Formats: sequence, C-alpha cells, structure tokens
Amino acid sequence: MDSLSQLDQVKTTPWSGGRSPWSVEYGKIMMWFFLLSDAFTFSSLLVYYGAQRFTKFTWPDPDLVFQSIPGVIESGAPLVFVGIMTFILIMSSVTMVLAVEAGHRRAKKEVTGWMIATVIGGFMFLGCQALEWTHLHHEGFWWGTIPEPEKLKEFFVGPVSEVAAQQFANLFFTITGFHGFHVFTGVLLNIIILIMTINGTFEKRGHYLMVEKVGLYWHFVDLVWVFVFTFFYLV
Amino acid sequence: MSEHNTQHTEEHAHDEHAGLSKAKIWQVFFILLGITVVEFVIALVILPKGLMGHTAGNIAYILLTLLKAYYIVAFFMHLKYEKTGLQLTLGLAFIFIIYFIVLMLIEGGYLHIHMST
Repeated sequence: MDSLSQLDQVKTTPWSGGRSPWSVEYGKIMMWFFLLSDAFTFSSLLVYYGAQRFTKFTWPDPDLVFQSIPGVIESGAPLVFVGIMTFILIMSSVTMVLAVEAGHRRAKKEVTGWMIATVIGGFMFLGCQALEWTHLHHEGFWWGTIPEPEKLKEFFVGPVSEVAAQQFANLFFTITGFHGFHVFTGVLLNIIILIMTINGTFEKRGHYLMVEKVGLYWHFVDLVWVFVFTFFYLV
Repeated sequence: MSEHNTQHTEEHAHDEHAGLSKAKIWQVFFILLGITVVEFVIALVILPKGLMGHTAGNIAYILLTLLKAYYIVAFFMHLKYEKTGLQLTLGLAFIFIIYFIVLMLIEGGYLHIHMST
C-alpha cells in the first residue's frame, strides 16, 4: 500500500466525519447549550445576591421571613411551606423522567399519564409560589418597598438595616420571579407535548425525542430551584 | 453514503434507548429526598441547638446542594451516560462561574470592610 492509498482510506473515528460524534440528536444538543446559557444567567443573579449578602453586616433572617404556611399557620413554621414546594418540584421531575422512560418504550398511554402528572405538579408549584408572594407582599416586601421600621425589626435577629432589607426584597422577587417564569414556560411546553402525545404525533414520528428535550428543560428548572432554595431559605 | 446513514441511525436508536430504568429513577428520587431531609435536620435541629457553627452549616448546605445538582444532572438529565466530549463541553464552562464567584467574594470582602459605617 503506497502513501496515497493510505490517504484514501475511510477513517472511522468519532470525529472523522460522517457521523454524530456525541451520538446526540441535534435538537437535544441545542437544548443543552440553551440550558448552559440559562445557567449562566441564573448564576449571575445568584452570585450577585451572594455578594450583596456577604457585603452587609446584617440580613433578614430567612427563618423569620419565611415562617408561615399561607392560609394555615401565620407564624412559627419555618421551612415547612418551602419544603412542600421543593417536594412538589422534585416529584414533578420524577414524573417527567418516568414519561421519558415510557417514551423509550413508545408506550403512548403511559407517556400521557406521566405528562399530565408533570403538568399538575407544575401548576401546584406555581400556585404555592403565588401564595408565598402574596404573603410577603402583605408583610410589606415588594420591589422597591420594605415594611415599616416597627414591622421590619421582626425580620432581623441583630441590628436592622433598611438597605439590606431592600436588597433582599428586590433580589427575592427578581430571582424567584425569573425562576417562576421558567416554571410557567415549562408548564406551557409540557402542555404542548401532552397534546402532541395525545394526538399521536410522536407515534407517527416513531420516537418520543421531543419528550426528552422538554424533559431536559424541566429538570433544569428543578435544578435551579435546588440552588434558589439553598441560598434564599437555608443559608 | 446511504450505508453510512443507516449505520448512524441504528447506532443512534440504540443509544437513545439506553434510558434509566424505573428502579433507578425511584432510587435517585429517594436520594434527593434524603438529602433534602438532611438539610432540614441541619436547619431545624442541629443549628438551633448549636451543635454546628453557622459557617460549617453553610458549607454543609452548599456541599449537599452540589450533590443534589449532581444527581439531577447525571441521572435525570442523563448526562452521566453521554459521551465525554459533551460532558466536558457543558462542565468546563462553569470555570467562568467559579471565577465570577471568586471575583465577587474579593469585591464583597472589600466592601464589607470599607462600607461598614
């Protein structure tokens, strides 16, 4: 074999062309890249929140700000309501991944069932968030607004800082609002996928890849909540 | 060329079918739930009783959060079973986030000292 015929040999390594080196479908890669960029946006918001909190000598105590279960217990139950919200979101992530699993087996009925469960979970989370926002708004927190000085004392363990309270209010509503917007978009996407599943679009297409792509987005929303939960409610 | 394509699709179909089993899904769910319960125990029992300092508590929270993130990304988002190239492409980008955190900590530390009055 001379050197020229060696050049003509067909290479078969993953990156020598003619095949997908990552064996991942195009739309799925693009969803990953979108999520990466979205992760940067959320990271920026959370890192700024962290920097603000690190800078200030005092900060509203999460156990004092979030200690109610709206409509049930007015105070004295820190973390309970947000615990329920976290559970709802993790649970809906599980139903989503079960829908993906059913999609691999092309079991249309099961995909439909799990997608309905995921949509319900999404709405439950949004409902909880609406209650949480309403409660904080009644306490006096909003963008650009903090409670009266007398009321504000209740939310601090040590000395009170109006600047810190305002930063907390602005960042809480911005970050949970941005996350809630993602949840809302995710629920819309899930409903579209549900309708397409019921109509048999994926059955005709021969695969349920679309469920996986929307699933990636939905898990990402859950992932962001894990961080929001830690930095707003625990730390 | 067409031969290549068929080979590719078959390979593809095979890869896409290698999903998580139901048992594994529930296992990951219980791990996530367990980690969250541990976080609650730290917040509601260990810290109020003073068994752990606040800095240690915060470090524990962040480590547990990163562990939860790992389980969601690796198993629910299936990244553990993807090719190394994709894992690296998505993972290495977070060097910039770490750099950003370091920058903001330096900045925050400066402001913490100089804006105290």
